[in-house]
Amino acid sequence: MAELQKQQEAVDLGVSSEYKYGFHDDVKPVFKSRKGLDTEIINQICDVKGEPDWMRQYRLKAYEIFKQKPDLKWGGDLSGLDYDDIYYYVKASDRVERSWDEVPDDIKKTFDRLGIPEAERKFLAGVGAQYDSEVVYHNIEEELEKIGVIFVDTDTAIREYPDLVKEYFGTVIPSADNKLAALNSAVWSGGSFIYVPPGVKVDYPLQAYFRINSENMGQFERTLIIADEGAEVHYVEGCTAPTFSSESLHSAVVEIICKKGSRVRYTTIQNWANNVYNLVTKRSTAYEDAHMEWIDGNLGSKLTMKYPSIYMMEPGAHGEILSIAFATKGQHQDAGGKVIHCAPNTSSRITSKSISKDGGRSSYRGELKVLNGAKGCKSNVECDALILDEESRSDTYPVIQIDADDVNVGHEARVSKIGEEQLFYLMSRGLSEEEASTMIVNGFIEPLVKELPMEYAVEMNRLIQLQMEGSVG
Amino acid sequence: MSTELVIKDLHVSVEEQPIIKGLNLSVKQGEIHALMGPNGSGKSTLANALMGNPFYTIDSGEVTIGGVDILELEPNERAKLGLFLAFQYPTAIPGVSMANFLRMAVSAVRVENSNGSETTELLPMRQFRRELRAKMKQLGVDESFARRYLNDGFSGGEKKRAEVLQLAMLEPKIAILDETDSGLDIDAVRIVGESVNQLIGPNLGVLIITHYPRLLNYIRPQFIHILLDGKVVESGGWELAELLENKGYDPIREAHGLTETVVETEAEEPLASLRV
Ligand SMILES: Nc1ncnc2c1ncn2[C@@H]1O[C@H](COP(=O)(O)OP(=O)(O)OP(=O)(O)O)[C@@H](O)[C@H]1O
Ligand SMILES: [Mg+2]
Repeated sequence: MAELQKQQEAVDLGVSSEYKYGFHDDVKPVFKSRKGLDTEIINQICDVKGEPDWMRQYRLKAYEIFKQKPDLKWGGDLSGLDYDDIYYYVKASDRVERSWDEVPDDIKKTFDRLGIPEAERKFLAGVGAQYDSEVVYHNIEEELEKIGVIFVDTDTAIREYPDLVKEYFGTVIPSADNKLAALNSAVWSGGSFIYVPPGVKVDYPLQAYFRINSENMGQFERTLIIADEGAEVHYVEGCTAPTFSSESLHSAVVEIICKKGSRVRYTTIQNWANNVYNLVTKRSTAYEDAHMEWIDGNLGSKLTMKYPSIYMMEPGAHGEILSIAFATKGQHQDAGGKVIHCAPNTSSRITSKSISKDGGRSSYRGELKVLNGAKGCKSNVECDALILDEESRSDTYPVIQIDADDVNVGHEARVSKIGEEQLFYLMSRGLSEEEASTMIVNGFIEPLVKELPMEYAVEMNRLIQLQMEGSVG
Repeated sequence: MSTELVIKDLHVSVEEQPIIKGLNLSVKQGEIHALMGPNGSGKSTLANALMGNPFYTIDSGEVTIGGVDILELEPNERAKLGLFLAFQYPTAIPGVSMANFLRMAVSAVRVENSNGSETTELLPMRQFRRELRAKMKQLGVDESFARRYLNDGFSGGEKKRAEVLQLAMLEPKIAILDETDSGLDIDAVRIVGESVNQLIGPNLGVLIITHYPRLLNYIRPQFIHILLDGKVVESGGWELAELLENKGYDPIREAHGLTETVVETEAEEPLASLRV
């Protein structure tokens, strides 16, 4: 569509130069655990990775917790999820075995429409070999090294920075937090580890695909980000292409620690294949005067349950959550955010925009808590839902609990439909019905999309366009 | 060859209520017509029905542009045939910038793009920008307009200016201006009047719907039509505007055996009370 192409042109001016990856076919040892989970498989994972004993113990303990925890009884319908029918550990190079021909046509078509470069397509589709981003990575690595920033995959971090990892790993989201956090703690693989030293500001977004040798698209990623005092960093996770995978469960854990005066922004746009349960736990702690922002876009998947949260631990902390969800046929996006004010004079804002179409369901699930004694807190929650047709559905489940005085809290929820008048107005100017409704939807999420880095904003708009295609008739 | 909008014996109803009852009117490219009529007489109903607003039901009649029957066409297809409506109450589209919208719209209606394909081929960014800038300058529209969200939070006057800018960019063959002068201050009426005047030429036919001769002083129409009881009851030249101005609609109503029907609208001052 027009708007998108326009923005794409801007992007073509050079923003997307990272796309110049090649890829090669190194033969790597392959390991794939059998289906299901038991202590033997966990031990195998530790052996293959050559992990230190503390991590092995950590995993085994988490596994015990996973077994004991009851299944989630809220959120989306998890009845189709069979924990015994899942491969819990597949080494990335194993995915080489799938050939391009096996990738479903609709996924290929989408790649075409998105203009994803060949190398990246194969990678995303789980076809082909390692994603060789070595050159790009090395330049960035050198630069980061100069300023003392650590940016590696979490497996590497365990080997190279064991003390640092040990100090923070699982401190924001303990294994016992919920069943899926326990599962991730037991079987995690891949993910990013970032440490930014005091006062250091990384002035370009760090992106997951800069990493080499990582199990980037792992099912059970584990990401840990530590911004030391006064540090600043923006991390961009994932990619917007539909992530094709035969694995039906993806359950990541992301922990972020924002120390005094630091600023962290974490941006994700995910677009999973329609068979995937995407159940992610994301949480951060923000200390004195720290600024934490989650920007979270969810498309695709069968069921997504994701509520990034921010614990404001000390006065002056500020938290912000922007969530975009698009649910279409057969999809349930259960997304939102949580803000917990643990200290006085902290502030937060949650903005959620959801779109439901062709029988899709999107729910906003949010929590806003002000703990006893946390005086002078401010929080504002705003959720807007756009429903495109009669079959689609949108719900709002806000929980607000205020146990302190002198608190300023606002909550607003709106549900709207695309107005006939808006459609007619745009169509009277020459736009087809589909172009018109796509433009209206893109306008609806624009306040959030403009917060995204340029190339992600462009892809977001293109994704919306794809989701809108064939919707009218 | 000049294109003509031809309306024959048109009947339109709103929620089962007949509003337009056998209306005939023709507007050629290059001609300027004014359509006047009391509040609630059906002027906007006509305009919307011509543009294809699904809210308005066509009961019978025929409307053609350049000989093509348009009544079965979608609004965008009508736009591509060269029809344009400047709305009395333009709709806001939050989050969509004027520039993005206009680029899409202009690309969609340009003849070279009417290749029957579903997706609109966009005008090159540079070319579009140049055109937009030139037109904004010509019409005295502030450049910041391009970045604003379409009609969102626009003042009444700004909305009308934005409609005229769209008119300028889309270069239609036949444009209907539905009270593009209402809600404007005196200077703004002049500016809009002068703007429209600049756009008028052999390639543009205009049907101006207005209550006020003030606008018509800037855009001298060759033809004036009076809409009463769902029909054009009188057509003539400037003298009709003067008659209305001095005597109001009553003499015309009487001449056609019509008694005044009271309509509740949040009407602006009726024409007769205005002395220009
Ligand atoms: N969208 C609508 N919804 C409900 N009624 C409508 C609508 N449009 C027109 N009508 C009705 O049709 C009749 C004609 O209205 P219309 O807006 O066409 O009048 P008009 O001549 O444009 O009046 P004005 O000079 O006040 O703009 C009125 O009775 C009006 O209430
Ligand atoms: Mg009207």
